[in-house]
Amino acid sequence: MALLHSPEELERFRRDLCDKKDPDMPRISVCAGAGCLAYGAAELIESFKAEVEKQGLAAKVDTKGTGCPGFCERGPVVVIYPEEICYLGVGPKDVPEIIEQTIKGKKVVERLVYTDPNTGEKASRESEIPFYKLQTRTILSNNIKIDSKSIDDYLSIGGYSALAKALSWMTAEEVVDEVKKSNIRGRGGGGFPAGRKWEGSRDAPEKIKYVIVNADEGDPGAFMDRALLEGNPHSVLEGLIIGGYAIGAREGYVYVRQEYPLAVKNIKLAIKQAEEYGFLGENILGSGFDFTVKVHQGAGAFVCGESTALMTALEGRAGEPRPKYVRSNVKGLWNRPTVLNNVETWANVPFIINNGADWFTQFGTEGSKGTKIFSLVGKITNTGLVEVPMGITLREIIYEIGGGIPGGKKFKAVQTGGPSGGCIPEELLDLQVDFDALTEAGSMMGSGGMIVMDEDTCMVDVARYFIRFLTDESCGKCVPCREGLRQMDKILTNITEGRGKEGDIETLEELSELAIDASLCALGKSAPNPFLSTLRYFRDEYEAHIKDKRCPALSCKPLISHYIDPSKCVACMICLRKCPSQGITGGKNLIHVIDQDKCNNCGTCLEVCPPKFGAVRKFSGEPVPAALPEDQRKIVRKSKSK
Amino acid sequence: MDIERIDQIVDEHGREADSLIQVLLDIQSEYHWLPKAALQRVSERLRVPMTRVQHIATFYKAFSVVPKGRHEVHVCLGTACHVRGAPRILDSVEDLTGIHPGETDLELKFSLETVNCLGCCALGPVVEIDGKAHGKVTTAETPKILEQYK
Repeated sequence: MALLHSPEELERFRRDLCDKKDPDMPRISVCAGAGCLAYGAAELIESFKAEVEKQGLAAKVDTKGTGCPGFCERGPVVVIYPEEICYLGVGPKDVPEIIEQTIKGKKVVERLVYTDPNTGEKASRESEIPFYKLQTRTILSNNIKIDSKSIDDYLSIGGYSALAKALSWMTAEEVVDEVKKSNIRGRGGGGFPAGRKWEGSRDAPEKIKYVIVNADEGDPGAFMDRALLEGNPHSVLEGLIIGGYAIGAREGYVYVRQEYPLAVKNIKLAIKQAEEYGFLGENILGSGFDFTVKVHQGAGAFVCGESTALMTALEGRAGEPRPKYVRSNVKGLWNRPTVLNNVETWANVPFIINNGADWFTQFGTEGSKGTKIFSLVGKITNTGLVEVPMGITLREIIYEIGGGIPGGKKFKAVQTGGPSGGCIPEELLDLQVDFDALTEAGSMMGSGGMIVMDEDTCMVDVARYFIRFLTDESCGKCVPCREGLRQMDKILTNITEGRGKEGDIETLEELSELAIDASLCALGKSAPNPFLSTLRYFRDEYEAHIKDKRCPALSCKPLISHYIDPSKCVACMICLRKCPSQGITGGKNLIHVIDQDKCNNCGTCLEVCPPKFGAVRKFSGEPVPAALPEDQRKIVRKSKSK
Repeated sequence: MDIERIDQIVDEHGREADSLIQVLLDIQSEYHWLPKAALQRVSERLRVPMTRVQHIATFYKAFSVVPKGRHEVHVCLGTACHVRGAPRILDSVEDLTGIHPGETDLELKFSLETVNCLGCCALGPVVEIDGKAHGKVTTAETPKILEQYK
């Protein structure tokens, strides 16, 4: 591939690419994102390729693994173009039928399309499925259309046109102004206006400047950056190059965690391809602008998602945050002006440049513009990535897009903002999601993780979980964070294990205040949030644990007991065989009884007891009924004879 | 351990002190741990004091300064898996293998680690062994899953 020397050459090349493609040619797009790969998407792609080959259709059908379209719950997801037929939960055994019926016969395989669980209605196109219907997909929309390893695919959907526009028709100041006008706020958590950050770096007197992609996505339960970097790495790269041009940087970095090997591979490949095509290197598209990008792999430290810690890690040292007396956009990496933005922020930049700030600001609320990707996970029917305009209500996301809580359970809370965020209770479900509203509710936007919790989730345990996570991840620099969180973890663990005492809540509040006031970076300052927000909305659960030694959600192991209801037990022997502690006595036609001394409350009996019997129950805060005397355990079955 | 291979990795990264973390990551992925001799060699070649190399090797989670077992078991404790019962899965894996997170058994068969989100939350709770994800795991199933690994 020869270098492209000007925007005109790029357009000519793009036209040739599109001319070569037959728009009516059948294309099979199989999601090759992390979720679908875990379902076996790699084998599925191979079987599609083999079947296409076997049927002699290799030249007539284009099969590819693509980025994640978000509907992880029903993976592997397959979309057949040009008809845009969406098949869900596809396995290798379905492949011959799809080729025969859909590719050759142009018919829909009804059993593989989306069926509404309530109405039974079928929807064969992505746009008709409720999960997608309410979303506004811009940056995620291209994932399923392109092979993430192909720069030509990206070019054929208009890729790098924003770069060409910025380099040849806009001055660097105009690019900064456009981003400022769009009022896009950082998608990584803090929500700082990106335009202002860029302007600060642009105006800094230093000659050498840097731009960085923060792809150290460490929030447990958030994987939108991963989906973007794996599925459409060129869109992030294009944004970064535009950012480099705007602030006058000649070097860029992508800091990506090593736990995402596919993202590392795809972004490295994308950089190589962009160099070959002349989107990176010297005199890009004949504009005189030079720019190079390096990939730095993070070695597993949550704190490195914090901007100054990330820069310290980039310098090859242990990732500890630095004080920000001077902002990092003026003194950042190697003390030079550095603009660091999150993956999703960078991916928005090409759209803003191409469509203008006014297009971007049509989505969203007064203070938060544009769309945001959330990863909707936990106790939710449709797990997946959703992209929605800011200002949508939590209720719409959870019930209309997410399909509500599975198993007829009751909603309890939704946790947003990762470990630094908080839990939002049911009475606030009509909250319009944006940066400011979430902060007001005691949580935060964070990178966009949204973990739904139902009645079985113990809120004290959730607080303990996050505090322990942050205790492990604290870099140890500031005492209130290093030692304070450790004490909070200890007290919360005591409470969940039935050793809570009067005054614990007050001590926790004091430790929280100290960590907020006296920690250097956002990790420590926001660490008490999970505790404070659960206390604010679920104080009764804390009190039940401390005063009554009772876990209302029946989840904290030391506070619960398992019990087999003798009136429901049919002596089927399943739980007896599966119990890992051999703690169940019984036998054929003998009602089973749990030996409370042997039981470690692992919950296996509850899991394996067939729902039609439902004999295993959990107790907390009240004594378990005494076991049936041995002579009364015999079950006399009615005669089976007709 | 092959000193020449360590040199080769250092050279691939341009022998710059700021590439220390990248060098160690490559060594870790090749040997599954960081032998002391390797750290000493890296320290000499990159002209970085051994104290700093040790600091990095113990600060970041990806590094291990002790040998790992044949099979690396990662129990996901991300929030989505946590609310779906991952702690109970971890308890049962601990019971079956006899080791706690961060440990390796004496036969060097299993190394157990907890991780925070593998990005396939729809499948939670997830246990990943040698890179293969086992989804929707129940405590009743864990013995069967571990038995597959010899």
